[in-house]
Amino acid sequence: MEPICAFDRIIPGRGVAALLADGTQAAVFRLHDDSLFAVSNLDPFTGANVISRGIVGDRAGEPVVMSPLLKQAFALKTGECLDDPSASLDVYAVEVLGGEVRVGVGAELKAAA
Amino acid sequence: MSDKLVVIGDGMVGRRFLEAVVQRDPSWDVTVLCEEPRPAYDRVRLSAFFDGVSAEELSLASDLDGVSVRLGEAATEVDRDAKVVRSATGEYPYDKLVFATGSYAFVPPMEGADLDGVFVYRTIEDLEAIKAHAAGRRHGVVIGGGLLGLEAANALSLLGLETQIVEFAPWLMARQLDEAGGGVLKQHIEKLGIKVDCGTGGSRIEAVDGRLRMETNREGVSFDTDLIVFAAGVRPRDQLARDCGIEVGERGGITTDLACRTSDPDVYAIGEVAAMEGVCYGLVAPGYSMAEVVADRLAGGEATFPGADMSTKLKLLGVDVAQFGAFDGPLATTYLDPANGTYAKLILSDDATTLLGGMLVGNAEPYPLLRASVGGKVPGTLADLLGGGEVEGALPDGAQVCSCNAVTKGEIMGAIHEGCTDVPALKSCTKAGTSCGSCVPMLKQLLAEGGVEVSKSVCEHFTQSRAELFDIVKVTGITTFSELIARHGTGAGCDLCKPTVASILASLSNGHILDGEQATLQDTNDHFLANMQRNGTYSVVPRIPGGEITPDKLIVIGQVAKDFDLYTKITGGQRIDMFGARVEDLPKIWRRLVDAGFESGHAYGKALRTVKSCVGTDWCRYGVQDSVKMAIDLELRYRGLRSPHKLKSAVSGCARECAEARGKDFGIIATEDGWNLYVGGNGGFTPRHADLLLSDVDSETLVRTIDRFLMFYISTADRLQRTSKWVEGLEGGLDYLRGVIVDDRLGICEDLDAMMAKHVEHYADEWKGVIDDPEKLQRFVSFVNAPETPDPSIEFEEVRGQKFPAGTTARSHTQPVLLGTPERK
Ligand code: SRM
Ligand SMILES: Cc1cc2nc3c(=O)[nH]c(=O)nc-3n(C[C@H](O)[C@H](O)[C@H](O)COP(=O)(O)OP(=O)(O)OC[C@H]3O[C@@H](n4cnc5c(N)ncnc54)[C@H](O)[C@@H]3O)c2cc1C
Ligand code: SF4
Ligand code: FES
Repeated sequence: MEPICAFDRIIPGRGVAALLADGTQAAVFRLHDDSLFAVSNLDPFTGANVISRGIVGDRAGEPVVMSPLLKQAFALKTGECLDDPSASLDVYAVEVLGGEVRVGVGAELKAAA
Repeated sequence: MSDKLVVIGDGMVGRRFLEAVVQRDPSWDVTVLCEEPRPAYDRVRLSAFFDGVSAEELSLASDLDGVSVRLGEAATEVDRDAKVVRSATGEYPYDKLVFATGSYAFVPPMEGADLDGVFVYRTIEDLEAIKAHAAGRRHGVVIGGGLLGLEAANALSLLGLETQIVEFAPWLMARQLDEAGGGVLKQHIEKLGIKVDCGTGGSRIEAVDGRLRMETNREGVSFDTDLIVFAAGVRPRDQLARDCGIEVGERGGITTDLACRTSDPDVYAIGEVAAMEGVCYGLVAPGYSMAEVVADRLAGGEATFPGADMSTKLKLLGVDVAQFGAFDGPLATTYLDPANGTYAKLILSDDATTLLGGMLVGNAEPYPLLRASVGGKVPGTLADLLGGGEVEGALPDGAQVCSCNAVTKGEIMGAIHEGCTDVPALKSCTKAGTSCGSCVPMLKQLLAEGGVEVSKSVCEHFTQSRAELFDIVKVTGITTFSELIARHGTGAGCDLCKPTVASILASLSNGHILDGEQATLQDTNDHFLANMQRNGTYSVVPRIPGGEITPDKLIVIGQVAKDFDLYTKITGGQRIDMFGARVEDLPKIWRRLVDAGFESGHAYGKALRTVKSCVGTDWCRYGVQDSVKMAIDLELRYRGLRSPHKLKSAVSGCARECAEARGKDFGIIATEDGWNLYVGGNGGFTPRHADLLLSDVDSETLVRTIDRFLMFYISTADRLQRTSKWVEGLEGGLDYLRGVIVDDRLGICEDLDAMMAKHVEHYADEWKGVIDDPEKLQRFVSFVNAPETPDPSIEFEEVRGQKFPAGTTARSHTQPVLLGTPERK
């Protein structure tokens, strides 16, 4: 697990991007109930690293992030794209330790799913 | 082995038949011979091809299991003894055979009809050829003034040709209209610059100096032209059937009974090629009924042809024409308003109680209702029907609402009760509305009658419409999304409701849009106060009020663009856009711009964009008012105003209209005595010219009226509804709007004025608010754990001396830039 920032740094209801040691990018979201989710930052539809800048909300109760470019919704828990099942985001492990947000990389990938 | 079915012709009817067969009995092994190079397409909408609708969009093709479509392969022989169909390249045995070969365009025997530049109007290839020939030419003649001829004339004039219609009958659309109706229609068409000669027939065409000359039956009347289109009727394509000894009608067409059976019990004929009990039907709706009949018969059913509704409606060059039911009858009532170019006629039973048919020219609004009422009670007087007034009397259940697909009101109400709650759902479960579309207004009406409220709710989290949420926020004074959703909605929100509420809060002036919780609601573009581009970088658009800018400020923009390596472009809104800015550079770019006196241009927000100006009295020899100053004043007054959709404006210094004000949400044109105010215009997907709301008013009245117009719009419009749609949707239209915001009929003007005063007073530049606030600045980083590291995945390349997202060149190779007159793929 890699530390990326202080928990308070993330505004409830928005996300941040983190550059991980292996060069991949994670999008980390804090929801209004202070739960945290981390998925890959790469939008599979456009190839741009922008997922962290999407709006979060829910689809029928399922927490989602919408890609800011073409607005597809992705389930934050599974990374699955709800508008096109052939696309998905990777899911990263995420935890708060001593007030610090940490994200899992490499082998821990998908551990949270 | 499954039984073999061969279909000759993949036209509109053939395709409908295939769908029906596969649906009812998928066990058939089906082969379709399709002479055209592409599978079935919507011939009824063929003319839309000239409005920019592509061949792909017209396609009716669908993947059907067990059906093999042989494109570009015409049947050349039917051997009924061996039960096979032959083409130039293959042989297809059948157990059952269906002719769906349609019609060909009829060209009367005339010398020169085979010359270069003479066309018919039936297939996409015909239209492509017409388009190619018309390029760079000036004049066209259409032979035939019926339905098809008028469509063809419309097409030629869309192609920019001066167009002449030549019709042999004494008036236009003689099969659908009486003499008075034909006369009114002619007036309309001529007003649009198309010439019409009735009682005239072509007799000979010759080539003269690279152009064409057509002589006519009238002494001394001939036409010099570049292109001639024959639209003089169609003839059934029955040759193949004749050749194999199947019985054909006296006037052509394959003879069938009401079950579409030909003289050979294993062979059917459907669509335009069928002469059912001696009659060929030239419309798609009866063909669809035949398709269903044969599909049912092949599945062992007993269906017979239910009879045809030959009603037609068309809208050409903005002129509505419709005919329904009987053409003639014992009694008729007519309505003629030559000033407005409206003619209507109803045919009634001898006791005047039953509607038998009728025709409408110039105003076809009551068509869906009237057509569905044929055979029943007359739904109202012509004056009421045409006036768009409330019309009493529900339709009987048996009334046919969609004649193209033979769907009755009863079937539609049934579907509504089974859970169809909008037009798309009705289309997919009843097929109503899927062909010519003229019954769609009626479908909406029936949804309302069926108790379905056409949902205006914002999304799954709020049942309210945007206008209702606006009222709630205004009345309760709620200032946060979380309070609003807790008290009036459900769940956590989404990309629809969050930005909507953010916009409402901003319209009601609730501080900086990135303050506190508001920040979490904003769409990405608003959140970063810039437009995201396809590679994740942003564009930067400083406000340039009225398009007026000093050389010093121009230099600042140039210098900033140079220092941050941004692509620059002059926009269509009289300002300058800088593209390719990385998120972490945005505050630095804006620091420089703000220091030089620039403000946010809100190119990212649903907000006021630009107020364009022309040079007006300052420089122009024609200007009658100072359009530049007015544009600047208006842009500064309304800058930052959040609204349901973006707002654009322009001010022209005289009627020459160089600022294109009538294409704007609110546009102002100077007059000798003051200003004319136009509202509800836009360009975009559905362009619309703005309507005149006030004329010759002074500057103060002008500004006050615009204030109220904008605030009334902001208070009551739907999410993403532009002013044009909003104005169109106001019951009572422009007069009502004038009543509310000029005469204060609702007594709300004081309130609207106060809302605008509050906006003007509280306006502050959004970007200045960010660069002076360390907390907000924190968001503008590439990575939370590496704030200044540029996103390594973003790459650029150089094109025409500027930078572009990497891959731009490769992309432009796959999508060639078309110059001149494009050839269709
Ligand atoms: C930059 C510009 C093209 C240019 O280089 O000229 C442009 C660029 C965009 N236009 Fe536009 N439009 C631009 C003038 C226009 C005009 C012409 C005008 O304003 O005189 C029109 C037609 C007039 C109109 O709006 O009525 C126009 C009709 C649209 C529409 C269709 C709106 C509609 O009601 O159908 C959209 C889509 C939308 O807003 O939903 C759109 C959306 C867009 C967006 C925001 C698309 C997007 O979401 O990324 C583009 C982003 C620009 C950026 O990132 O900065 N743009 N766009 C023009 C900016 C003008 C300015 O200074 O603000
Ligand atoms: C411009 C225009 C506008 C129209 N507008 C309307 C309208 O508003 N409302 C309306 O109801 N109708 C309208 N029509 C008429 C409507 O398009 C026809 O009624 C309908 O297409 C008939 O369908 P069909 O399948 O019988 O014939 P078609 O659609 O003509 O299909 C027949 C197909 O069979 C193919 N074919 C013929 N011979 C062979 C062979 N030997 N081997 C293989 N294939 C063969 C043809 O190439 C063709 O593709 C319009 C027609 C045109 C041209
Ligand atoms: S609109 Fe009139 S005043 Fe303005 S530039 Fe054009 S001609 Fe001149
Ligand atoms: S009447 Fe043509 S689609 Fe319904």
